[in-house]
Amino acid sequence: MLHAEAARLRHYLDRPHSEDRFFLGANSSVAFADLRGGTSLGGRLHELAGRSVLLATHDQLAAALALIELDGVARRIVLCPPDLAAGHLSEIAANSEADAIVSDRGAADFAALGISLYIEADAIIRPATVQTGNRPTTWSLLTSGTTGAPKLVSHDIASLSAPIKRGARAPVWGTFYDIRRYGGLQIFFRALIGGGSLILSSCGETVADHLQRLTKHEVTHLSGTPSHWRRALMSPAIRAIRPGYVRLSGEIADQAILDNLRAFFAHASVGHAYASTEAGVGFEVDDGLAGFPAKLLAVGQGDVDIKIEGGSLRLRSARTASGYMGRDAPALLDADGFVDTGDMVELRGDRYHFVGRKGGIINVGGQKVHPEEVEAAINRHPAVWASLVRARKNPITGAVVAADVVLKDTSIQGDGMAAQTEREIIELCRQNIAPHKVPAVIRFVPTLNVSDSGKLLRHGRA
Amino acid sequence: MSVKLTVISEIEQIAEQHQKTLAPLTDDSILMNTGLDSLCFAVLVARLEDRLGVDPFSESDDISLPVTLADFVRVYENAAR
Repeated sequence: MLHAEAARLRHYLDRPHSEDRFFLGANSSVAFADLRGGTSLGGRLHELAGRSVLLATHDQLAAALALIELDGVARRIVLCPPDLAAGHLSEIAANSEADAIVSDRGAADFAALGISLYIEADAIIRPATVQTGNRPTTWSLLTSGTTGAPKLVSHDIASLSAPIKRGARAPVWGTFYDIRRYGGLQIFFRALIGGGSLILSSCGETVADHLQRLTKHEVTHLSGTPSHWRRALMSPAIRAIRPGYVRLSGEIADQAILDNLRAFFAHASVGHAYASTEAGVGFEVDDGLAGFPAKLLAVGQGDVDIKIEGGSLRLRSARTASGYMGRDAPALLDADGFVDTGDMVELRGDRYHFVGRKGGIINVGGQKVHPEEVEAAINRHPAVWASLVRARKNPITGAVVAADVVLKDTSIQGDGMAAQTEREIIELCRQNIAPHKVPAVIRFVPTLNVSDSGKLLRHGRA
Repeated sequence: MSVKLTVISEIEQIAEQHQKTLAPLTDDSILMNTGLDSLCFAVLVARLEDRLGVDPFSESDDISLPVTLADFVRVYENAAR
């Protein structure tokens, strides 16, 4: 049941020991207790009452503080991650009917949006008369971009806090995620509601510096994607941390990364969680094995109903988002109230294993790539006739983008001209699509297979 | 070209393509401090697979992840044998 958890975020600042619990940022820290008698928004919170607020700070600590202030006051909070492309902002602002901006980047950055109310967010607290509200606030998260602008996914405090159980201990949470993304936001809630502190990452901070701060603040619970963990394991600074709980989510956790983490953190429990922005946290797997036990389908886990339809995992629970928002927003739930995650699973023995994304979307370190979008970028090169983009398995990011390219003049395959053309194609892609979508490798081939219906034949798709 | 020279030349090319400022490369260079991000390393492993015909990290689960440039080169030298 959600009644206690559905309280406003501010409520959790009043817990015992809130003077000993902190948001620990790269440059400054704030005790939860300080926020009880102050503001990070220059005392202007009242101007945001009932507004749809774009929260677009550079600094993660400023975002954390603003989230607590805005909850119950704003009508909607749109959580913009720091790497959000400026070009997508206007569509997001329109779809979320935004009428206020909270940021630390300066009003000039948002001039093109035509939103007159701009309020500066700070990473420090100044004493102020505290304003509270009890308005239902919609929390809008962005899905990682595919083609076009990211989709807006609507949650509320009840759905976001539903997976969280309060523990007796006061963990010191750390996460490699940004808290503006679902995986990071879960950790923000866990620290605030579950009774701990949170060490925030900072964009631009090196892995080594982040790990040193995790060491200094004695992180006990640390979460990230398998890609985050592989990167961290390559840094010598990781040797100094001693977490008791190591958590993976956001990508397929394969047996190799689970084994690596178990060997590295011999005294920690290592668990992987299945979660998505749309479906929320589905389940957590703590037996050290990849995939999940098939028996979860029958019994569920923590009030979550699980089913598999057409090979795709579907989830139904109080943790799922209420829907997408914006023009032409697709339906989120099926007729029975399940979210189709689009993650394809395969039964091997008594366990289900994740095999990939429905529709062949390539997942590069947790970021989605539509092959068709990359092909379109490649095909803009004047020497290119056709291309086929596919995933190539990769030990660092799970997958990278690989391209088979047919040149108009097939006689230049495999010589110096081909190498020059390859560099040009990569440069062209870099100018037009996000870095993770640029092909890591290009192979020149004489032809591509085409299906009877005249479409490029993709692996696993007719 | 030796494995080491191949690795260094690919690193330099990827750094240039990804507009990363590369720290001077020596045997003792800590990979995570070279200026490359994880996407760059992912690209590096993929290109080396094409150049050297081997991806030692995917072919075995029990390879410890390399810390220095010399460690990294050694993983490829051992795999190529």
